[in-house]
Amino acid sequence: MSNQMTYGEGTLTFRHGVHPEEYKELSNHKKIQRIPFVEEYVLPLGQHIGAPSKALVRKGEEVRRGQKIAASVGFVSVALHSPVDGTVTDVGLVDNPKGEMVPGVRIKTDPYSSQQLEERPVDFESLDIKGFITAIQQAGIVGLGGAAFPSHVKFALPEDKSCRYIMLNGCECEPFLTADHRTMLEHAREVIDGILIIQHFLKAQKAFIAVEANKPDAIEALRLHASNNAFPVEVVPLQVKYPQGAEKMMITAILGQEVPTGKLPIDLGVLVVNVGTSKAISDYFRKGIPLFERILTVTGTAINNPANLLVPIGTPMREVINACGGVTDDAARILLGGPMMGAVQKSLDVPVVKGTSGLLVLGNAEIQDFQEYSCIRCGRCLQACPLFLNPARMGLLAKKGLWDDMEDLHVMDCFECGSCSFVCPSGIPLVQSFRVAKGILREKSLRERSLRESKAEGKES
Amino acid sequence: MSVQKVQMEISTAPFLKDVATTPKIMWLVIYTLIPILLVSVYYFGISALLISLTAVLSCVFTEWLFNFSNDPIKTLKDGSAIITGLLLALTLPPGFPLWMVFIGGVVAIGMGKSMWGGLGQNIFNPALLGRAFLQAAFPTAITTWSSPGGSFLSLKGTNTALPFFQGQNIDAFSGATPLAQMKFQHIGTDTLALLMGNTGGSLGETCGLLLILSGIYLLAKKIINWRIPVSILLTVVVISGIFYLIDRQIYPTPLFMLLSGGLLLGTVYMATDLVTSPLTPKGIWIYGVGIGVLVVLIRIWGGLPEGVMYAILLMNAATPLINRYAKIRTYGHLK
Repeated sequence: MSNQMTYGEGTLTFRHGVHPEEYKELSNHKKIQRIPFVEEYVLPLGQHIGAPSKALVRKGEEVRRGQKIAASVGFVSVALHSPVDGTVTDVGLVDNPKGEMVPGVRIKTDPYSSQQLEERPVDFESLDIKGFITAIQQAGIVGLGGAAFPSHVKFALPEDKSCRYIMLNGCECEPFLTADHRTMLEHAREVIDGILIIQHFLKAQKAFIAVEANKPDAIEALRLHASNNAFPVEVVPLQVKYPQGAEKMMITAILGQEVPTGKLPIDLGVLVVNVGTSKAISDYFRKGIPLFERILTVTGTAINNPANLLVPIGTPMREVINACGGVTDDAARILLGGPMMGAVQKSLDVPVVKGTSGLLVLGNAEIQDFQEYSCIRCGRCLQACPLFLNPARMGLLAKKGLWDDMEDLHVMDCFECGSCSFVCPSGIPLVQSFRVAKGILREKSLRERSLRESKAEGKES
Repeated sequence: MSVQKVQMEISTAPFLKDVATTPKIMWLVIYTLIPILLVSVYYFGISALLISLTAVLSCVFTEWLFNFSNDPIKTLKDGSAIITGLLLALTLPPGFPLWMVFIGGVVAIGMGKSMWGGLGQNIFNPALLGRAFLQAAFPTAITTWSSPGGSFLSLKGTNTALPFFQGQNIDAFSGATPLAQMKFQHIGTDTLALLMGNTGGSLGETCGLLLILSGIYLLAKKIINWRIPVSILLTVVVISGIFYLIDRQIYPTPLFMLLSGGLLLGTVYMATDLVTSPLTPKGIWIYGVGIGVLVVLIRIWGGLPEGVMYAILLMNAATPLINRYAKIRTYGHLK
């Protein structure tokens, strides 16, 4: 096995955080494999943050692999492409990973559909920055780390801002997941090439690739390819600690600076891109392949054959699990995403979407229910929270429904990494209650704003 | 048609959980108290065992009595009542009447914890609250000290006094604690004796060395916050050092201050009580320094030779206020 764990190099990190068991050995040595086409693909139109795309196809229409089937609506929105040759069987409601029924397209696969696609490179050197942004939007590229934020929006820098550093996120700090690891190892060339394409337009000083030190082979592969070109690309091993891959934590680890609250990394001159996204950018400009498939990890203690797969977007979870030999009798819960931030699934009809980084089948051992005790104020959550929030106090406030007091303690800054709930010896659902608080506070501020606006309108008339 | 019972399983991330649970933490603390109890039995014989047993039984009984949930032993499962019982016992003199110990345990859990709403809700350390009650109710008995040594089976002092009686002191010798000797006669005690525990005093406070080792173990296991012992002990050393430099005849050395009385026991096991100490680093420093200052002031100027109990209880009282105002600086909120 080539994965010798040498942690010596990764000393940079942020303060606080937790050390869950990694479970990466289940799949970190498995090569990325394609799975055969399945009978039907299910494509929700809203797979990204922002406005859902608008369907361009009708029932009964024939589509080709890579054909655009839905167009972006507004700026914060991207296009959607068919992953196969086939026939549209329905444009209606489909399941999505959030457990909702949303508008989407169903495509029945043509049995003779080919997985090969004619390579049609896009001449990006003739493009200006606007052309680049439009091209990325039309290629349907979103952040593949999990949030699925449209990438082109990040590249459209505000006029008073410039990009000093391009930072690639290859931390993959969630336990179990190894998709980014395998991407960096097997596609190091494409990952670095993506940086060079971005650099052609953004003119940064330098690029960093942040990788947790538990992926020494990926670090080596990236360094090998990074040294081949003039633009400085530094591969930075970071300490193995959760949530090292959170954007803010990664920036703090590398630059030693904090991202001010309410600001974006670009306010520090940093542009963060996931390694998978960088590869997707390279794939589009070098080969003309839009984002219609992604690499994901299928793993967990209760799946028969853990694997890293190249899966067409829209593949129902059921088919992905079948491709991995099915689940064991012990299977208790199925998640999309990692165990710390992923979402539990109630239906196997839910498809893989652009933001799906992993499919996790947990056994009974991992999900045993913990009895909840009173808060003993041990302060472990304070020592875990990467944002230096006070989860213990906010948890007590949440029990009393004192949302406004929670806002004073900056609950809105919480990005829900779950470290507090992970360490809480009393098994108190801390992050879960913060999610509720954030929802309530967000709703309240919306209501207040609309009230103010309607008052202002009343005065005008 | 009505739905009799709806069972819904709602679960959201995170799905992984650290191994430490509240009962596990409590039991670990109990294990560290066992060596201290054994040393106490070595020095004070069967009296130490009887007092500890009585205190634990009384605390567990009271905890059970005030448990109003459907599960008859729900609140006992976390082990916190046993800790309170053991800690209360360790703060009592070897010759203390057992019936008073029992009352102390009832007050410790009843008034110290259950009355506030159970584990995690109390403001004062339950064991110390129980002891403060005993100090107020039975001032003579709680300041009657027995010397270590003697046969294992011979009872100390007034252990067997009948309820509502003080009892006759059956002990051959009565000894003063090192702190009392220092305060009233300005006689010091050998450092080695303080470290080994061969002095008069409460059951668990005499063996300095063992308390230091327990403290280091709990720190290594991250059960207690390092800032609490560091801030208390540093403050005591600095302030008592100043007094010592002013007049070496009257005031004890800082080392004596550290090793005598209940300072180490209080620092390792009571000031660090998770429930009654502040949450934020800033708050913990205020709390620890406050305890250190109060300990020295009470010991030097107060009417009593020992001040650890009141120092900790007073800072316990300040903890809710400290928690409110000593905030932690959130990431990204620069000043």
